[in-house]
Amino acid sequence: MSRWLLVFLLLAGPAYAVSDPAELLPDRHAELRAEAIGHQLRCLVCQNESIEESEADLARDLRRIIRQRVQAGDTDQQVIDWMVARYGDFVRLRPPFNALTLVLWGSPIIALGVGLTAVVLSRRRRPTPAAPLSPAEQARLSELIDR
Amino acid sequence: MISRRALLLAPLGMATLTGISFWMLLDRMRTGKFDPHAVPNPLIGQRLPDFSLPGQPPSPGFSAADITASGRPALVNFFASWCLPCVAEAPQLMALRRAGIPVWGIAYKDPPEATAAFLARNGYPYTRVARDEPGRVAIDFGVYGVPETYLIDKTGIIRWRWAGALTEDVIEQQLQPLLRQYS
Repeated sequence: MSRWLLVFLLLAGPAYAVSDPAELLPDRHAELRAEAIGHQLRCLVCQNESIEESEADLARDLRRIIRQRVQAGDTDQQVIDWMVARYGDFVRLRPPFNALTLVLWGSPIIALGVGLTAVVLSRRRRPTPAAPLSPAEQARLSELIDR
Repeated sequence: MISRRALLLAPLGMATLTGISFWMLLDRMRTGKFDPHAVPNPLIGQRLPDFSLPGQPPSPGFSAADITASGRPALVNFFASWCLPCVAEAPQLMALRRAGIPVWGIAYKDPPEATAAFLARNGYPYTRVARDEPGRVAIDFGVYGVPETYLIDKTGIIRWRWAGALTEDVIEQQLQPLLRQYS
Protein backbone atom coordinates (compact mmCIF):
# COMPACT_ATOMS: atom_id res chain seq x y z
CA MET A 1 0.00 0.00 0.00
CA SER A 2 2.61 2.48 1.11
CA ARG A 3 4.80 1.37 -1.78
CA TRP A 4 2.03 2.33 -4.22
CA LEU A 5 1.60 5.64 -2.45
CA LEU A 6 5.29 6.31 -2.95
CA VAL A 7 5.01 5.45 -6.64
CA PHE A 8 2.11 7.87 -7.05
CA LEU A 9 3.92 10.58 -5.13
CA LEU A 10 6.93 10.16 -7.40
CA LEU A 11 4.73 10.26 -10.48
CA ALA A 12 3.00 13.46 -9.40
CA GLY A 13 4.88 16.39 -10.88
CA PRO A 14 5.20 19.76 -9.16
CA ALA A 15 1.95 21.73 -9.15
CA TYR A 16 2.02 24.67 -11.55
CA ALA A 17 -0.53 27.45 -11.79
CA VAL A 18 -1.16 26.58 -15.42
CA SER A 19 -4.75 25.63 -14.71
CA ASP A 20 -5.90 25.72 -18.29
CA PRO A 21 -4.42 22.95 -20.45
CA ALA A 22 -5.06 25.18 -23.47
CA GLU A 23 -2.22 27.37 -22.20
CA LEU A 24 0.32 24.59 -22.81
CA LEU A 25 2.22 24.47 -26.07
CA PRO A 26 1.54 21.34 -28.11
CA ASP A 27 5.28 20.87 -28.68
CA ARG A 28 6.61 19.32 -25.45
CA HIS A 29 10.13 20.65 -25.98
CA ALA A 30 8.94 24.22 -26.59
CA GLU A 31 6.62 23.98 -23.57
CA LEU A 32 9.52 22.91 -21.32
CA ARG A 33 11.57 25.83 -22.60
CA ALA A 34 8.70 28.25 -21.93
CA GLU A 35 8.32 26.84 -18.41
CA ALA A 36 12.03 27.21 -17.75
CA ILE A 37 11.88 30.87 -18.84
CA GLY A 38 8.74 31.50 -16.79
CA HIS A 39 10.44 30.13 -13.69
CA GLN A 40 13.15 32.79 -13.99
CA LEU A 41 10.66 35.67 -14.11
CA ARG A 42 8.97 37.31 -11.17
CA CYS A 43 5.23 37.74 -10.99
CA LEU A 44 4.93 41.53 -10.56
CA VAL A 45 1.67 41.20 -8.65
CA CYS A 46 2.61 38.63 -6.00
CA GLN A 47 6.37 39.34 -6.27
CA ASN A 48 7.68 36.23 -4.48
CA GLU A 49 6.27 33.80 -7.00
CA SER A 50 7.46 33.16 -10.50
CA ILE A 51 5.21 33.83 -13.48
CA GLU A 52 4.92 30.08 -13.93
CA GLU A 53 3.54 29.55 -10.43
CA SER A 54 1.21 32.52 -10.11
CA GLU A 55 -2.54 32.59 -10.67
CA ALA A 56 -2.54 36.38 -11.13
CA ASP A 57 -4.11 37.68 -14.34
CA LEU A 58 -0.96 39.49 -15.37
CA ALA A 59 1.13 36.35 -14.82
CA ARG A 60 -1.24 34.43 -17.09
CA ASP A 61 -0.89 37.12 -19.78
CA LEU A 62 2.89 37.04 -19.48
CA ARG A 63 2.91 33.22 -19.66
CA ARG A 64 0.96 33.48 -22.90
CA ILE A 65 3.43 36.04 -24.28
CA ILE A 66 6.39 33.80 -23.37
CA ARG A 67 4.81 30.93 -25.30
CA GLN A 68 4.05 33.17 -28.29
CA ARG A 69 7.66 34.34 -28.34
CA VAL A 70 9.04 30.81 -27.96
CA GLN A 71 6.88 29.66 -30.87
CA ALA A 72 7.97 32.66 -32.93
CA GLY A 73 11.54 31.39 -32.54
CA ASP A 74 12.97 33.76 -29.92
CA THR A 75 15.92 32.55 -27.86
CA ASP A 76 15.54 32.32 -24.06
CA GLN A 77 17.65 35.46 -23.72
CA GLN A 78 15.48 37.38 -26.20
CA VAL A 79 12.33 36.50 -24.26
CA ILE A 80 13.91 37.58 -20.96
CA ASP A 81 15.22 40.80 -22.54
CA TRP A 82 11.67 41.53 -23.79
CA MET A 83 10.40 41.29 -20.21
CA VAL A 84 13.30 43.29 -18.76
CA ALA A 85 12.64 46.09 -21.29
CA ARG A 86 9.15 46.51 -19.78
CA TYR A 87 9.56 45.58 -16.14
CA GLY A 88 13.27 46.14 -15.50
CA ASP A 89 15.78 43.82 -13.84
CA PHE A 90 13.24 43.45 -11.02
CA VAL A 91 11.35 40.95 -13.17
CA ARG A 92 14.31 38.58 -13.07
CA LEU A 93 14.27 36.28 -10.05
CA ARG A 94 18.02 35.83 -10.53
CA PRO A 95 19.42 39.37 -10.44
CA PRO A 96 22.11 40.18 -13.01
CA PHE A 97 25.65 41.05 -11.93
CA ASN A 98 26.05 44.83 -12.07
CA ALA A 99 27.14 47.77 -9.92
CA LEU A 100 23.90 47.65 -7.95
CA THR A 101 24.12 43.93 -7.14
CA LEU A 102 27.88 43.85 -6.60
CA VAL A 103 27.58 43.42 -2.83
CA LEU A 104 24.84 40.81 -3.25
CA TRP A 105 26.87 38.59 -5.55
CA GLY A 106 30.11 39.41 -3.78
CA SER A 107 28.80 38.54 -0.31
CA PRO A 108 30.08 34.91 -0.31
CA ILE A 109 33.57 36.14 -1.21
CA ILE A 110 33.35 38.93 1.35
CA ALA A 111 32.21 36.45 4.03
CA LEU A 112 35.05 34.08 3.11
CA GLY A 113 37.52 36.97 3.29
CA VAL A 114 36.28 38.02 6.73
CA GLY A 115 36.51 34.43 7.96
CA LEU A 116 40.01 33.90 6.59
CA THR A 117 41.20 37.18 8.10
CA ALA A 118 39.78 36.16 11.48
CA VAL A 119 41.52 32.77 11.30
CA VAL A 120 44.86 34.28 10.25
CA LEU A 121 44.68 36.94 12.98
CA SER A 122 43.79 34.46 15.73
CA ARG A 123 46.62 32.12 14.61
CA ARG A 124 49.15 34.92 14.57
CA ARG A 125 48.26 36.00 18.07
CA ARG A 126 48.42 32.51 19.58
CA PRO A 127 51.28 32.49 22.13
CA THR A 128 54.43 30.84 20.76
CA PRO A 129 55.06 27.41 22.27
CA ALA A 130 57.59 27.42 25.11
CA ALA A 131 61.20 26.77 24.14
CA PRO A 132 62.39 23.19 24.75
CA LEU A 133 64.11 22.57 28.06
CA SER A 134 67.84 23.08 28.25
CA PRO A 135 69.99 20.06 29.33
CA ALA A 136 70.35 21.63 32.81
CA GLU A 137 66.58 22.02 33.15
CA GLN A 138 66.06 18.49 31.83
CA ALA A 139 68.41 17.13 34.48
CA ARG A 140 66.67 19.13 37.19
CA LEU A 141 63.26 17.84 36.03
CA SER A 142 64.40 14.17 36.08
CA GLU A 143 65.83 14.74 39.50
CA LEU A 144 62.51 16.13 40.76
CA ILE A 145 60.48 13.29 39.21
CA ASP A 146 62.82 10.58 40.53
CA ARG A 147 62.81 11.92 44.00
CA MET B 1 43.99 38.25 25.32
CA ILE B 2 42.96 41.26 23.24
CA SER B 3 42.15 39.05 20.25
CA ARG B 4 39.67 36.96 22.24
CA ARG B 5 37.88 40.10 23.37
CA ALA B 6 37.85 41.34 19.77
CA LEU B 7 36.38 38.04 18.65
CA LEU B 8 33.63 38.37 21.24
CA LEU B 9 32.95 41.99 20.33
CA ALA B 10 32.85 41.37 16.57
CA PRO B 11 29.43 39.65 16.56
CA LEU B 12 28.10 42.34 18.87
CA GLY B 13 29.34 45.01 16.47
CA MET B 14 27.81 43.19 13.51
CA ALA B 15 24.48 42.89 15.35
CA THR B 16 24.52 46.60 16.19
CA LEU B 17 25.29 47.50 12.57
CA THR B 18 22.49 45.24 11.31
CA GLY B 19 20.12 46.71 13.87
CA ILE B 20 20.90 50.29 12.84
CA SER B 21 20.53 49.44 9.13
CA PHE B 22 17.22 47.71 9.78
CA TRP B 23 15.94 50.61 11.83
CA MET B 24 16.91 53.06 9.05
CA LEU B 25 15.11 50.87 6.52
CA LEU B 26 11.94 50.75 8.61
CA ASP B 27 12.11 54.49 9.14
CA ARG B 28 12.40 55.12 5.40
CA MET B 29 9.43 52.81 4.83
CA ARG B 30 7.43 54.66 7.47
CA THR B 31 8.13 58.09 5.95
CA GLY B 32 7.34 56.81 2.46
CA LYS B 33 10.88 57.23 1.08
CA PHE B 34 11.25 53.51 0.48
CA ASP B 35 8.66 51.03 -0.76
CA PRO B 36 9.93 47.43 -0.85
CA HIS B 37 7.10 46.45 -3.19
CA ALA B 38 7.74 49.25 -5.68
CA VAL B 39 8.52 48.02 -9.16
CA PRO B 40 11.00 50.37 -10.84
CA ASN B 41 9.97 51.26 -14.39
CA PRO B 42 12.74 51.00 -17.01
CA LEU B 43 10.71 53.09 -19.46
CA ILE B 44 11.36 56.36 -17.62
CA GLY B 45 13.42 58.48 -20.00
CA GLN B 46 12.35 56.39 -23.00
CA ARG B 47 9.82 57.11 -25.76
CA LEU B 48 6.32 56.00 -24.96
CA PRO B 49 5.53 52.65 -26.60
CA ASP B 50 3.80 52.79 -29.95
CA PHE B 51 0.17 51.73 -29.74
CA SER B 52 -3.28 52.36 -31.12
CA LEU B 53 -6.40 51.46 -29.15
CA PRO B 54 -10.14 51.54 -29.87
CA GLY B 55 -12.24 54.11 -28.03
CA GLN B 56 -14.73 53.78 -25.21
CA PRO B 57 -17.89 55.19 -26.88
CA PRO B 58 -18.63 58.03 -27.29
CA SER B 59 -14.90 58.81 -27.07
CA PRO B 60 -12.81 57.97 -30.14
CA GLY B 61 -9.76 55.78 -29.59
CA PHE B 62 -6.21 57.12 -29.67
CA SER B 63 -2.65 56.24 -30.48
CA ALA B 64 0.77 57.22 -29.12
CA ALA B 65 0.97 59.83 -31.90
CA ASP B 66 -2.27 61.50 -30.71
CA ILE B 67 -0.76 62.02 -27.26
CA THR B 68 2.37 63.74 -28.55
CA ALA B 69 0.48 65.71 -31.22
CA SER B 70 -0.79 68.19 -28.62
CA GLY B 71 2.78 69.43 -28.08
CA ARG B 72 2.40 69.68 -24.31
CA PRO B 73 2.98 67.35 -21.40
CA ALA B 74 0.15 64.88 -20.86
CA LEU B 75 -0.83 62.13 -18.47
CA VAL B 76 -1.76 58.58 -19.42
CA ASN B 77 -3.95 56.96 -16.79
CA PHE B 78 -4.67 53.21 -16.70
CA PHE B 79 -7.85 52.47 -14.77
CA ALA B 80 -10.64 49.93 -14.39
CA SER B 81 -14.13 49.92 -12.95
CA TRP B 82 -13.21 46.98 -10.68
CA CYS B 83 -10.38 48.94 -9.07
CA LEU B 84 -11.05 50.68 -5.76
CA PRO B 85 -7.98 53.00 -5.74
CA CYS B 86 -9.27 54.25 -9.12
CA VAL B 87 -12.36 55.56 -7.35
CA ALA B 88 -10.12 57.14 -4.71
CA GLU B 89 -8.01 59.03 -7.26
CA ALA B 90 -10.97 60.24 -9.36
CA PRO B 91 -11.22 63.65 -7.59
CA GLN B 92 -7.48 64.25 -8.15
CA LEU B 93 -7.81 63.47 -11.85
CA MET B 94 -10.79 65.85 -12.08
CA ALA B 95 -8.66 68.58 -10.44
CA LEU B 96 -5.86 68.00 -12.96
CA ARG B 97 -8.38 68.23 -15.78
CA ARG B 98 -9.66 71.54 -14.37
CA ALA B 99 -6.06 72.75 -14.26
CA GLY B 100 -5.93 72.12 -18.02
CA ILE B 101 -3.66 69.07 -18.04
CA PRO B 102 -4.63 66.54 -20.72
CA VAL B 103 -5.35 63.13 -19.21
CA TRP B 104 -5.62 60.22 -21.62
CA GLY B 105 -7.53 57.34 -20.05
CA ILE B 106 -7.00 53.68 -20.85
CA ALA B 107 -9.59 51.25 -19.47
CA TYR B 108 -7.67 48.10 -18.53
CA LYS B 109 -9.37 44.70 -18.81
CA ASP B 110 -12.80 46.15 -18.32
CA PRO B 111 -16.04 45.44 -20.22
CA PRO B 112 -17.36 48.59 -22.00
CA GLU B 113 -20.60 48.75 -19.97
CA ALA B 114 -18.67 48.56 -16.68
CA THR B 115 -16.33 51.35 -17.83
CA ALA B 116 -19.31 53.49 -18.88
CA ALA B 117 -20.98 53.02 -15.49
CA PHE B 118 -17.70 53.84 -13.70
CA LEU B 119 -17.25 57.06 -15.68
CA ALA B 120 -20.88 58.08 -15.09
CA ARG B 121 -20.45 57.55 -11.35
CA ASN B 122 -16.97 59.00 -10.74
CA GLY B 123 -16.74 61.78 -13.30
CA TYR B 124 -15.02 62.14 -16.65
CA PRO B 125 -11.56 63.68 -16.29
CA TYR B 126 -10.24 62.38 -19.62
CA THR B 127 -9.38 63.97 -22.95
CA ARG B 128 -10.23 60.62 -24.49
CA VAL B 129 -10.79 57.11 -23.17
CA ALA B 130 -9.44 54.07 -25.01
CA ARG B 131 -10.02 50.41 -24.26
CA ASP B 132 -7.31 47.86 -23.59
CA GLU B 133 -9.36 44.77 -22.87
CA PRO B 134 -6.58 42.24 -23.60
CA GLY B 135 -4.20 44.33 -21.44
CA ARG B 136 -1.45 44.02 -24.03
CA VAL B 137 -0.65 47.75 -24.40
CA ALA B 138 -0.51 47.99 -20.62
CA ILE B 139 2.26 45.38 -20.61
CA ASP B 140 4.22 47.47 -23.13
CA PHE B 141 4.01 50.33 -20.62
CA GLY B 142 5.19 48.05 -17.80
CA VAL B 143 1.85 48.29 -16.00
CA TYR B 144 1.48 45.69 -13.25
CA GLY B 145 -1.74 46.90 -11.65
CA VAL B 146 -4.30 49.68 -11.85
CA PRO B 147 -4.34 52.58 -11.39
CA GLU B 148 -1.05 53.62 -12.94
CA THR B 149 -0.32 57.10 -14.25
CA TYR B 150 2.45 58.12 -16.66
CA LEU B 151 3.72 61.61 -17.43
CA ILE B 152 4.64 62.03 -21.09
CA ASP B 153 6.58 65.19 -21.98
CA LYS B 154 5.78 67.17 -25.13
CA THR B 155 8.37 65.24 -27.16
CA GLY B 156 6.83 61.89 -26.18
CA ILE B 157 9.37 60.81 -23.54
CA ILE B 158 8.02 59.09 -20.42
CA ARG B 159 9.19 61.21 -17.47
CA TRP B 160 7.39 59.75 -14.48
CA ARG B 161 5.23 56.87 -13.41
CA TRP B 162 3.02 56.51 -10.36
CA ALA B 163 1.66 53.08 -9.44
CA GLY B 164 -1.35 53.39 -7.17
CA ALA B 165 -3.92 56.08 -6.48
CA LEU B 166 -2.84 59.66 -7.10
CA THR B 167 -3.15 61.63 -3.88
CA GLU B 168 -2.95 65.38 -3.34
CA ASP B 169 0.49 64.90 -1.77
CA VAL B 170 1.82 62.93 -4.73
CA ILE B 171 0.53 65.52 -7.18
CA GLU B 172 1.92 68.44 -5.21
CA GLN B 173 5.30 66.96 -4.29
CA GLN B 174 6.11 64.90 -7.37
CA LEU B 175 3.91 65.71 -10.35
CA GLN B 176 3.63 69.51 -10.16
CA PRO B 177 7.42 70.15 -10.17
CA LEU B 178 7.79 67.83 -13.17
CA LEU B 179 4.90 69.51 -14.99
CA ARG B 180 6.60 72.87 -14.46
CA GLN B 181 9.92 71.44 -15.63
CA TYR B 182 8.59 69.87 -18.83
CA SER B 183 5.94 72.38 -19.92
